[in-house]
Amino acid sequence: MSDAARSVVLTVLVTVLGTGAFWWGTDGFSAFTAETARRADILRAPRPLPAAVLEDQDGRVFRLDDYRGRLLAVEFIYTRCTTICRSLGMAFKQIRDRVPPDALGRDVALLSISFDPERDDPASLKIYGGSHGADGEHWRIARVRDAAQLQALLDAFGVVVIPDRFGGFEHNAAIHLVGRDGRLVEISDLEAPLQFAEKLAEAL
Amino acid sequence: MIAALARPQVGFRVLGALYLLLAAPPLRTSLEATMSGHMLVQIPLLAAIGFVACRLLPVARQERLLDAGGGAVPYVVLVVFASTWWMLPRALDDALASPLVEAAKFISLPLLVGLPLALAWRRLGPIGRGFVWTNFISMLAVLGWLYIAAPVRVCNSYLVDQQESAGWLMVKLALLLFAGWLASLFVGGGGNPALSTAEQVAPPPAPSRDCGPERN
Repeated sequence: MSDAARSVVLTVLVTVLGTGAFWWGTDGFSAFTAETARRADILRAPRPLPAAVLEDQDGRVFRLDDYRGRLLAVEFIYTRCTTICRSLGMAFKQIRDRVPPDALGRDVALLSISFDPERDDPASLKIYGGSHGADGEHWRIARVRDAAQLQALLDAFGVVVIPDRFGGFEHNAAIHLVGRDGRLVEISDLEAPLQFAEKLAEAL
Repeated sequence: MIAALARPQVGFRVLGALYLLLAAPPLRTSLEATMSGHMLVQIPLLAAIGFVACRLLPVARQERLLDAGGGAVPYVVLVVFASTWWMLPRALDDALASPLVEAAKFISLPLLVGLPLALAWRRLGPIGRGFVWTNFISMLAVLGWLYIAAPVRVCNSYLVDQQESAGWLMVKLALLLFAGWLASLFVGGGGNPALSTAEQVAPPPAPSRDCGPERN
């Protein structure tokens, strides 16, 4: 083979392999960030969640598994958060208000999980819930006290929490839907609570 | 004679030490703690190690490798793909989340970016070098601008203000490189960017400067 032909063949080969690698690595040129990848991944393959013991705003201890058989909307927050968690709280309230009253509690529940169990004791959880309109029954605010369980839960949901410089946290915020079988089935943008509510209504 | 043989070995040792230093937890975590440190210090340094290591190889060996790979073009295409990969926000997040991806980063940057670029560079004419420079500079500027203007956090592992500062640094760096490249076109005449003329005398980073002249 001549040098020129060799060069052309290898260039084509590298281009094909490189394009293939990018296709594979970005889910068909659709997911360039870890966040879109996480959402696409969940849609394709609903993910089982690890067991976790939670404590709610009234100090009641329960398990994530207790929600099996119901649709569960989950958000991750910390109560001192003044920015994105507010939007999350608003979005959650909009969703709650759109669930048919007879289904709320029986077939649909909402859960806000704090990833800052050190500072978010039941009292602060209660204040947070009150300010966002959570009733503490169908929409509970809870924390995971065991650090290992919390990390496993965050990992399974794909939530990354990093401390910022002001004693707070930055985290990828979204609304998560856990199916009746206890698996994470969908992650929605918090900008689109109405669509999420529609999907919930369809699944009823 | 013996001294000449020993020199590349000293160079390799210095490079190896630098590589291990970059891979060891203290420096690795501190560089990866910020987006700028990760994208604009760690990643370029890893590629530079591969580049300099390639220059330390005997010239005949570099030529053989170059011929085996079909000349400069396939190598440049490889460099474009591999370097673009590590500019994806997703790749940065993945490297932080998975040790396997982190290892892939440490291996691929020297081997698939630095080394092939060094091999191809010696045979690239002014147009080829111009292509590499403009491609790199424009990618840096566009990505930097995206990071500044993006309404969303592109990396789950980094704060928004880090994303913005990394974006500004990338835009500034792109402008600086562009100015330097233009200047070298006028001053150097032959279309050799500053780096290429420098590297014909000695490989870019300081550690291996002593073994440069004999190599080219």
